[in-house]
Amino acid sequence: MPVFHPIDVDEAVELLARRGPRRILAGGTDEMVRINHGAAVGEGEEIVCLNNITELRSWAFESDRGVLVIGAAVPWTELASGAIATLCPSLAEAARTVGSPQIRNAGTLGGNVATASPAGDGLCAAVALDAVAVIRSAAGSRRVPVAELVTGPKQTGLGPEELITSFEIPLTEGYQGYAKVGVRNAMVISIAGACLVVDEQHGISRLALGSVGPTILRCPEAEPLITDVILNRSGNTARLDEIVDSVRSAARPIDDHRATADYRRHAVGVLARRLVTRAISAREENNT
Amino acid sequence: MTGSKDDREFELTVNGKRLTVSGAPVGASLLSVLRDNLGLTGTKGACEEGECGSCSVMLDGNLVCACLVMASTVTEASIATIEGLAPSGTLSRVQEAFVDHGAVQCGFCTPGLIMAVSDLIDRQPNADRETIREELAGNLCRCTGYGRIIAAVESLLNEGDL
Ligand SMILES: Cc1cc2nc3c(=O)[nH]c(=O)nc-3n(C[C@H](O)[C@H](O)[C@H](O)COP(=O)(O)OP(=O)(O)OC[C@H]3O[C@@H](n4cnc5c(N)ncnc54)[C@H](O)[C@@H]3O)c2cc1C
Ligand code: FES
Ligand code: FES
Repeated sequence: MPVFHPIDVDEAVELLARRGPRRILAGGTDEMVRINHGAAVGEGEEIVCLNNITELRSWAFESDRGVLVIGAAVPWTELASGAIATLCPSLAEAARTVGSPQIRNAGTLGGNVATASPAGDGLCAAVALDAVAVIRSAAGSRRVPVAELVTGPKQTGLGPEELITSFEIPLTEGYQGYAKVGVRNAMVISIAGACLVVDEQHGISRLALGSVGPTILRCPEAEPLITDVILNRSGNTARLDEIVDSVRSAARPIDDHRATADYRRHAVGVLARRLVTRAISAREENNT
Repeated sequence: MTGSKDDREFELTVNGKRLTVSGAPVGASLLSVLRDNLGLTGTKGACEEGECGSCSVMLDGNLVCACLVMASTVTEASIATIEGLAPSGTLSRVQEAFVDHGAVQCGFCTPGLIMAVSDLIDRQPNADRETIREELAGNLCRCTGYGRIIAAVESLLNEGDL
């Protein structure tokens, strides 16, 4: 089993263009679980390890475009604090809820998106943030919104020869936050998750829901209501109830070993109410 | 650096020593290589899916689960395990605190916890109880109920100002 440590993206995509079985390994926190528990690596299989590709492990703020460009293999620990957390708080909040320090030191946003779990915390934030995945292959490059790249549970539009190199996140002014419910307070896969991003400049909000559907869901009906409540200070209990109802009807949860559909539907409404309430008070604080 | 490496023979740097690994299964985890090929059995393994933390080691200065690292991909990294924490026959501060506070029962979780706590007190010397609990969420202990473990950690953090 040959292991490759390409040092740049060109080299990586050349390796991926070759025929034969291979796997990409970033932090390994999803892939090694599969390998340890049955999806053994074949004798001839090639491993393409992303750890030495500096470009994938760094990030930059492009002020002319107003875009935060985050390398696909930046680990959660780095997304959770420091400058990224100031620029993009909802992503940092999502990063802080992932696993344990051990998992956050290794796991990456690229791996989270490529794994395409409906419970992916970073995936949920990326959808709410309108993040675009920059994808390279030996044949060229393309840019696809994360919301379109992930097509179903554990399904993406990524070809075997393709590599996500970065995510482009348009920065917005206004509240953003991430909240999740699990069976305990830390180190837990979400039973329901929600990410709210308010874009005051364009007068819109995006609410993405995790773990309550086959993939991350947006709330097209609740979003204008949320914007109105937050930007026009028209928040009262009745309007919040309306938002919560609308969010619950956007959810399409299932029963599984972690929770019932009913509980998930209930929980995601609670999370939405929490985030909207936080957005209202954050705005009030800023205006006083 | 590029270059294909045969998974059957490679080198690792563990606790400052360059060691040769031969005959490891294809795609083997660092946990299994440490234990089965290098005889470093201080690092424990249970779940092999990142949940229990008993396999915690330092990889280039970062706390990770050895079960989630493919051994043949970290030939250039510096790996630190429980065996390298203190010279043979002596105890590190953290080990001593665990002994003093009776934070060890069956001991299975202990090496991983000692690694995690050593990392925690370096990174967050002012952690409060809630932070300690959260930071140690990746290390499961089935015996102690965590009370004595938390007490041991607090004794290390409060050493300066008590
Ligand atoms: C104990 C434990 C707790 C966890 N808790 C959480 C949690 O709370 N929330 C959560 O969302 N997830 C959680 N996870 C899942 C996992 O840690 C995350 O999904 C993580 O972000 C995966 O990233 P990685 O770099 O480790 O991926 P890897 O395991 O390296 O890769 C995962 C998949 O993505 C592909 N891939 C990786 N990078 C790229 C790229 N740049 N381009 C194309 N394909 C790529 C790989 O080929 C592989 O198929 C947990 C996992 C464990 C083991
Ligand atoms: S054996 Fe690695 S975390 Fe359990
Ligand atoms: S002392 Fe037995 S598992 Fe912790």
